Amino acid sequence: MNHSTLHLNYTDDKLSLEFSGEFSLYNISTFETQLKDIDISHVKNIEINLEQLTYLDTASSIFINALYTRYKNHNVTLLCSNKEIQETLELVKQERKKYTQIPHRKKRTFLETLGQNSYNNYRGFLAFMAFIGELFATKFHYLRSIKNIRYKEIAFELNESAIKALGIIMLTSFLIGVVVAYQSAYQLKIYGANIFIVDMLGISMFRELAPLITAIVIAGRSGSAFTAQIGAMKITQELDAMRTMGFDPYIFLVLPRIIALVIAMPILIFIADMMSIMGGMIVANINLAITPELFLDRLSEVVAAKHFFIGLLKGPFFAFLIATIGIYRGLMVKNDTQSIGLNTTKSVVESIFAVIVCDAVFSVLFTNLGI
Amino acid sequence: MKSVIKVQDVRTVFGQKVVHDGLNLHVLEGEIYGLLGPSGCGKTTLLREMVMLQKFSAGTIEVLGLKINNIRHKDAQSLRRQWGVLFQAGALFSSLNIAQNIALPLVEYTDLSKKMIDEIVAFKINIVGLNSSDALLYPSQISGGMKKKAALARALAMDPKLLFLDEPTSGLDPISAREFDELILHLRSLLGLSIVMVSHDLQSIYDTLDRVAIIDNKKIAYEGTLDEVTSVKSEFIQTFFRAKNE
Repeated sequence: MNHSTLHLNYTDDKLSLEFSGEFSLYNISTFETQLKDIDISHVKNIEINLEQLTYLDTASSIFINALYTRYKNHNVTLLCSNKEIQETLELVKQERKKYTQIPHRKKRTFLETLGQNSYNNYRGFLAFMAFIGELFATKFHYLRSIKNIRYKEIAFELNESAIKALGIIMLTSFLIGVVVAYQSAYQLKIYGANIFIVDMLGISMFRELAPLITAIVIAGRSGSAFTAQIGAMKITQELDAMRTMGFDPYIFLVLPRIIALVIAMPILIFIADMMSIMGGMIVANINLAITPELFLDRLSEVVAAKHFFIGLLKGPFFAFLIATIGIYRGLMVKNDTQSIGLNTTKSVVESIFAVIVCDAVFSVLFTNLGI
Repeated sequence: MKSVIKVQDVRTVFGQKVVHDGLNLHVLEGEIYGLLGPSGCGKTTLLREMVMLQKFSAGTIEVLGLKINNIRHKDAQSLRRQWGVLFQAGALFSSLNIAQNIALPLVEYTDLSKKMIDEIVAFKINIVGLNSSDALLYPSQISGGMKKKAALARALAMDPKLLFLDEPTSGLDPISAREFDELILHLRSLLGLSIVMVSHDLQSIYDTLDRVAIIDNKKIAYEGTLDEVTSVKSEFIQTFFRAKNE
């Protein structure tokens, strides 16, 4: 199939291009190379001979028409008696008049891209601020009456993002306790300062590690879930449907999730505290021969309660960040499936980043306040 | 006759693209009004502007006597209870079954007893031509045609005066589409609704619409009954309605 040949016939000052066989788009590139190198400077007349052709498709017709225009200055003539082929050629010629070439996308310079990206980021920041503003505006509206609080949704979200997360939080924090204790036990043994493992574990876990680990697990677990749920609802127009029915999505979807997470986080941090201390205690007992009684005595002696409370206090702030970023990203989902994936990724990355920034701010703040 | 929707000099701009430029139309009480036009002319955009899902750049839109440009929260909420909207793909809440979907506005906005709500839900399910046995199915378990009917039942839940339909027959087979048209006509005469719809379905347009507005080239190319539509000089109108008249 698709067998077609092109013969070039020179006679005096005339060049004849004789096409034969079934000319389809598979042949075009071959003919193109064949015609590229020919010298037509001394040729006065060019003849395109299609008499031997049995078939011509539209792509090849475009090629023939292009040849016709290319050799315009050489008194070009077309020989063709096959009616079907003539019709195809005519069709392509007629259609060609109706459209102009598709414009090429202009290549951007580095400066233009930089400017565009900066502007987009600036717009994104403004949009997030607008989201926070709307959130607080609705919140005031919402909290005007206790009747408005949607207990059912909050309870549902509490179950989803706290109760169901208990297992993974317990396991992760227990392991972190084991790891930290194990690594420091080796160092402490060298100096014979075995008992200081309690001070170290107590302060680092209560104050920093337990809240941070909990926040990271929750960001990966609930933050991404919020984005995907709300994003999917946006794609299926469920959010629009809610709005037209007068159900504010902020009241039905956004606030219950934020409130639930703000309540859940301190509880989860408390559990993480307990589990990580337990992990450390086991390692201390095995590696450093510190009995649990001794460990707990020392813990209540040297670790002030403020460390524990500071850890819990961070919880609601982390929760607020994770929930708002997750939901905001969900609302940013555009009308295509790609953007769900993109926004879910962004939501997790941004919320973990925000949690760490927030933690750093707290660290500086509390240290300067002398707490 | 009183008009339920008045659109005056509406201008819509997306970035640099002008979608509407000086759009005027009015929808009368009790009629079925169609928004027609080529793809991308902004029919659905106009519909979304009417139901306050989208802001427009200039002009005014008045729905049921209220200007929606800078509407107060309270007025907006009262408007939303007076209309029903049917989205193209139904937009049923995927976490609720059909009965719960229809019951939702009733549960949220009224103090009706559960028994009464069940009664109303059963009536609405019946009126749109669904079986009572379908009520407990979830949106993911039902066909496209059933989704549209269920979404219509939800739109009718609060007995609205005004119904917005976004391509109600798209994606339905011809038989279901004709059934849907009849259903809409039936509901109009039964409940005295005013209906605004966006449609591409020629058969449906001729069967149901009283008056149409044709948006072409950012403006209203024609507003009025279908009898005189072909007299208008517009490429879209000539091509679109030619098939029917030949």
